[in-house]
Amino acid sequence: MSFTNLKMKSIHTHNPVILKVEGLKKYFPLRRGFFQRLAGKVRAVDGVSFEIEQGKTLGLVGESGCGKSTVARLILKLLESDEGKIFYQGQDIQTFSEKKMKPLRKKMQIIFQDPFGSLNPRMTIGQTIEEGLRILGIQNRQQRKARLQKLLEMVGMSAHSADRYPHEFSGGQRQRIGIARALSVEPDLIICDEPISALDVSIQAQIINLLNDLQDKLGLSYLFISHDLNVVGYLSHKVAVMYQGQIMEYAPADRIFENPQHPYTLALLAAIPNIRINQKKDKENKLKVLGGEPPDPLNPSPGCKFQTRCPFAESHCRKNEICLKEISKEHFIRCSRAL
Amino acid sequence: MNLEKKTSQPDFQLERPMAPKSSQIKEFWLVFSNNRLAIGGMIIFILFFCSALLGLFLTSGPDPIFDPAQIRLQEKLRPPLAKANLDTLRPEEVPRMGIYFFGTDDLGRDVFARMLQGAWVSLTVGFVAVGIAILIGIFMGGIAGYFGQHYLGAVSIDTLIMRIVDIMLCFPSFFLILTVVALLPASIYNIMIVIGLTSWMGTTRFVRAEFLSLREQDFVVAARALGVNNFRIIFRHMMPNAIAPVLVSATIGIATAILTEAGLSFLGFGVPPPHATWGNILSDGKRFIFDAPWLTFIPGIAILIVVLSFNLFGEGLRDSLNPKLRQRR
Ligand SMILES: Nc1ncnc2c1ncn2[C@@H]1O[C@H](COP(=O)(O)OP(=O)(O)OP(=O)(O)O)[C@@H](O)[C@H]1O
Ligand SMILES: [Mg+2]
Repeated sequence: MSFTNLKMKSIHTHNPVILKVEGLKKYFPLRRGFFQRLAGKVRAVDGVSFEIEQGKTLGLVGESGCGKSTVARLILKLLESDEGKIFYQGQDIQTFSEKKMKPLRKKMQIIFQDPFGSLNPRMTIGQTIEEGLRILGIQNRQQRKARLQKLLEMVGMSAHSADRYPHEFSGGQRQRIGIARALSVEPDLIICDEPISALDVSIQAQIINLLNDLQDKLGLSYLFISHDLNVVGYLSHKVAVMYQGQIMEYAPADRIFENPQHPYTLALLAAIPNIRINQKKDKENKLKVLGGEPPDPLNPSPGCKFQTRCPFAESHCRKNEICLKEISKEHFIRCSRAL
Repeated sequence: MNLEKKTSQPDFQLERPMAPKSSQIKEFWLVFSNNRLAIGGMIIFILFFCSALLGLFLTSGPDPIFDPAQIRLQEKLRPPLAKANLDTLRPEEVPRMGIYFFGTDDLGRDVFARMLQGAWVSLTVGFVAVGIAILIGIFMGGIAGYFGQHYLGAVSIDTLIMRIVDIMLCFPSFFLILTVVALLPASIYNIMIVIGLTSWMGTTRFVRAEFLSLREQDFVVAARALGVNNFRIIFRHMMPNAIAPVLVSATIGIATAILTEAGLSFLGFGVPPPHATWGNILSDGKRFIFDAPWLTFIPGIAILIVVLSFNLFGEGLRDSLNPKLRQRR
């Protein structure tokens, strides 16, 4: 897989916004020691904003522990956020009770990274998917069975798989089953939390193609989470690059790859083997290996979160909080170089 | 969404599992049947179960085949396999089989009949007490594990339940049982309930720990994201995955309960006298340990074998239900 055959999707047409997130924050209390004293807060998600258009994909990229999965859980209200707003088709679901949330649960689904933990080992594939169909409201058993078959076929699984248990399948097959379960309630938005990170390369491509096909066929919107910028390029219309709970750069996918602006994005791109960046040679060499340490989450120093690792950091980066700035149309970066 | 659109993929392109269909029960049996001690334990478990059931029919009713209550003072302390002395017995006192398989005790009662009656007591005490303990344990552990982070006033539900468990564990349970039994009228039901009420703490800890880890597993999160209700998440998704260690501890718990009941009966706090239990046969027999050693050895060895076999069976279950231990062989 390489960046050159990046599937450029219709980036510049606009659809209505299906999900909009505004200033989302989640701080986890960190307890330490014998008495579980409150030692501080982990700023897992620290003011994240983005929007996803109907039928399009937003790629969310960032290194391990930067808060990607937490964002996913916050959007699905599996975790209460501390601050911020989540709009689903214009409705502010942040204030919704669990009961009010129920019909919306069908509209937003999730696919997980670990294909081994994401299916109940004591339920057959059929039972797992039928659970979703029952929630969708299909009471008739025959209808459910027919739908189950269609769903399995749609994700490329044989209908004979229905009465098997998860342990009988390979990782890629389980991932397909996970996708079928998500599709069972006819969602509009699917959050893919690193759905291919645990698979080998050939299977990764299959799953990406499947997700692409499903998007074309069913008009799904995706929030595609990954730690690999290269993979995100295959699917995404827009990309948000995340670091330490904050979005560093947010732009249409082609611009992220052709004209990256944030030093962290540059570093991520430089980490992809065999890729030409339209930057000067010295810059590239400087960035090849990202030095420095990530900041201590408990005592964050003022200023930019990336300062400790940024090769371009200057004194004002260590003083002032940096905001997300629009440097050209739809291209946002959180960096003082843009000032 | 349009699910109706027919996918044009031919069937041979669709993915299917490579392995032939194998049920988890088959896999379980493969491992379990390799463990000889566990198989032995299971066979004795089944034999004990059957003989206790059979014993209930043979020793009860208006005219039982083996009458555990029939006193024949002229036939006291006969050794095992002794023939009944038909000359001295009145017709209604003659044992049906004409032979005392396990001898007689100091009142001339048939020890075999009494052992049969006692087997049923041990079995019911074991199962009912453990049943009560498991029900309470699953309930408390389930609540602590699933709803634990909610607050009741100043403390979380989890803290509350686990501190109750700690407090219960502070008391040596046998003495707790002795105290309670001394206050309550002695009856077999009270014994069962008291043993059950003082032995649920282990199960609670087990279930809570399992639930805490299961809660965070992706398939449970997926069920929550689908909008599956709490009841179904607990009983369909979490319980079946948490039940294996509970079953194992239950099997071993039955052995412990049988032992506890025997201990109580031995001390005279157990099931009241006319009814035979292995504990009170042992207790009555100890006065004649030199003249009639079978009165101590027969119930003693029976308790030993049953408790040992339950423990072996339980450990075999644990090994074969745990996929991580499975890979070791
Ligand atoms: N329940 C929790 N309690 C405390 N801290 C948490 C909790 N969940 C996540 N965190 C912390 O929040 C931060 C972000 O975690 P998150 O799982 O969102 O990262 P991620 O970007 O998904 O990483 P990965 O790529 O490894 O999946 C981490 O530092 C993590 O330790
Ligand atoms: Mg994650």
